[in-house]
Amino acid sequence: MSGAAGTTMVQALNTALRDALREDPDVHLLGEDIGALGGVFRVTDGLAAEFGTQRCLDTPLAEAGILGTAVGMAMYGLRPVVEMQFDAFAYPAFEQLASHVAKMRNRTAGRLPLPVTIRIPYGGGIGGVEHHSDSSEAYYAHTPGLHVVTPATVADGYGLLRAAIASDNPVVFLEPKRLYWSSERFPPTAVAPIGQAVVRRPGTDATLLTYGPSLPVCLRAAEAASAEGLELAVVDLRSLVPFDDETVCAAVRATGRAVVVHESAGFAGMGAEIAARVTERCFHHLAAPVLRVTGLDIPYPPPLLEHHYLPGVDRILDAVARLQWEQ
Amino acid sequence: MTILDANTTPGLAGQPSSHGPRRDAAPLLPEREPVRVLGTEAAGTVDPDLLRDLHRRLVLGRRFNQQATTLARQGSLAVYPSSTGQEACQIAAAMVLRETDWLFPTYRDTLAVMARGVAPMDVLALMRGHTHCGYDPRRYRTAPLSTPLATQACHAVGLAHAARLRAAGDPGGGHDVVALALIGDGGTSEGDFHEALTFAGVLNAPVVFLVQNNGYAISVPLTRQSAAPTLAHKAVGYGITGRLVDGNDAPAVHAVLGAAVEHARSGRGPVLVEAITYRLDAHTSADDATRYRTSEEVEAWRARDPLTLLERHLRGAGLLDDAGLAAVTAAAEELAASMRAAVARADTPDPRSLFSHVYAEPTSQLREQAAALAARLADEASTPATPATPAEAQA
Ligand SMILES: Cc1ncc(C[n+]2csc(CCOP(=O)(O)OP(=O)(O)O)c2C)c(N)n1
Ligand SMILES: [Mg+2]
Repeated sequence: MSGAAGTTMVQALNTALRDALREDPDVHLLGEDIGALGGVFRVTDGLAAEFGTQRCLDTPLAEAGILGTAVGMAMYGLRPVVEMQFDAFAYPAFEQLASHVAKMRNRTAGRLPLPVTIRIPYGGGIGGVEHHSDSSEAYYAHTPGLHVVTPATVADGYGLLRAAIASDNPVVFLEPKRLYWSSERFPPTAVAPIGQAVVRRPGTDATLLTYGPSLPVCLRAAEAASAEGLELAVVDLRSLVPFDDETVCAAVRATGRAVVVHESAGFAGMGAEIAARVTERCFHHLAAPVLRVTGLDIPYPPPLLEHHYLPGVDRILDAVARLQWEQ
Repeated sequence: MTILDANTTPGLAGQPSSHGPRRDAAPLLPEREPVRVLGTEAAGTVDPDLLRDLHRRLVLGRRFNQQATTLARQGSLAVYPSSTGQEACQIAAAMVLRETDWLFPTYRDTLAVMARGVAPMDVLALMRGHTHCGYDPRRYRTAPLSTPLATQACHAVGLAHAARLRAAGDPGGGHDVVALALIGDGGTSEGDFHEALTFAGVLNAPVVFLVQNNGYAISVPLTRQSAAPTLAHKAVGYGITGRLVDGNDAPAVHAVLGAAVEHARSGRGPVLVEAITYRLDAHTSADDATRYRTSEEVEAWRARDPLTLLERHLRGAGLLDDAGLAAVTAAAEELAASMRAAVARADTPDPRSLFSHVYAEPTSQLREQAAALAARLADEASTPATPATPAEAQA
């Protein structure tokens, strides 16, 4: 599913779902408008036609019910893949997620693992009105028992989703809405491992640590810095849980300076966790405190103001400039 | 017709079909009065062996509740939510299920879980504080005791739906499974109850919801919980059959619940059964029920104790004599003694198990934390315990 213009993230996700449905009869999709419509972002386009309305099930409009039903299906041995329509509309399912999906393996001493994948389009930058641009990754990453992954490239869209569905852990799969229409030349086919960060751009002077929708912004910032004579490494975390301390710390030690970039609010966010981990592990390699460039600590703003909220190239370069270069 | 279409019916005349289905509500409505067997002519037609079996289970269940409550008072259990007064619902719930069916219990449904074959102290593992669930849910086809109210109702629907999906691909493969979700009256106010019934109706899932209406959600009476005519009426709004039964009448609960399970199994749709009952004990061993209900009210319900009602009938019908009662009582005492003995066998859980089942594979972070805990434990083991204060040293 790719044309001359390349494969989009949406197409890669669609292909991943199709391949999973083909290979494993236990895979079942549930969600709102995922059947005839193909989902509001068309990620499930054509799947109901190919696999039937039972394996690509249009559910009632009830997110706790969707996830709770998926829990029961997984208890019977199926491998449900749930679509939440938007980040903020996954909140009604939070009790099922925190109290059951995340805990069932643990509370049954491993006897009842729940291989459920929860796909959630997340993040802003698409001109969405209220409640359509939240970044909710910190809630999920803070909940032990869940894996939390987010692709930033088309290839990872395919690879990580295949890995999530194949995983015996419950996986919250966060799809950056802003990157849905980004495209890459080659149709992706490989499964990407969960739990491994990748260095997207090598660099010697400072390291940008980021994920999901902020990766392209960081790569642009690195490009701009390079023109000024600073080489920034860029690490794509891909997996927030499990967190790849090894790759992250190696990349930070190599440069001695680090900035964490994400678009969700900074306070008590992933950046706080990452900055603490890096400081605890790499203190003697650091020439400056780990800085954060994040969304503002406000409810997600109206679309005409969202560019002030989102970390941009300028704010990233400002942070890089503050990494105590004079010393 | 796919299994998802099974519950659709033609739209009403004169209306475009896009807004359908529309169904006649009348067949879904619960009976006006709770179904009763004891004290009615129907009592004489019930199999005497079933009645004696029900009685024996009621006696054992009552003793289990008493013993567990005592163990909680003595500190051997962290807490115990007794189902004393509700035993008829508890035992009927387990008796109407086949081994291949699934039960989705709440914290109060320990007797139902025990009746699925789980060993008494394994049922109580949650309350002992050893582990969150002391039994293998797959082996007993019994979900862990659910504390987040009504959440388990959604799981029951999903499991029942999955079983039907499997049955469609593998007819005769033993997937004619029914899921029975237990829930309290207060739990019916939760959103998950609404969502579970919505899904159950739309999916036509083979699921039965048993609402044990014991009149209270901790201290809050049903009048503050719902303005519905009865809780069984709630079924109708979801296109589900509602039934109303006297929850203290063991053969009545058994009959109504048994019919509901077979209704669901045969593909005729989900059923919601409201059983009117009363918890004679406080909400839990930690609750003080005198703050919200009168002793007159409790005494009035004690007169309708399910055990008393059944025993009176059995005696009257000549189905139970002193010797029979003594034998059942002895079995109950044996159960209680075995519970006390099990508690006395002191065994503390291994702290290293804390990290075992968080993920399929521990993360590097958990491996670090596990290693730190193991080192601390090794340290403690090698250093003799030192008293914290001189006073403790003298004690
Ligand atoms: C979602 C949720 N809210 C609150 C509680 C705390 N709580 C535990 S039991 C209970 C009362 C439940 O009443 P009911 O459903 O009638 O069941 P019963 O205890 O009477 O068997 C409450 C409020 C909970 N367990 N879950
Ligand atoms: Mg109650």
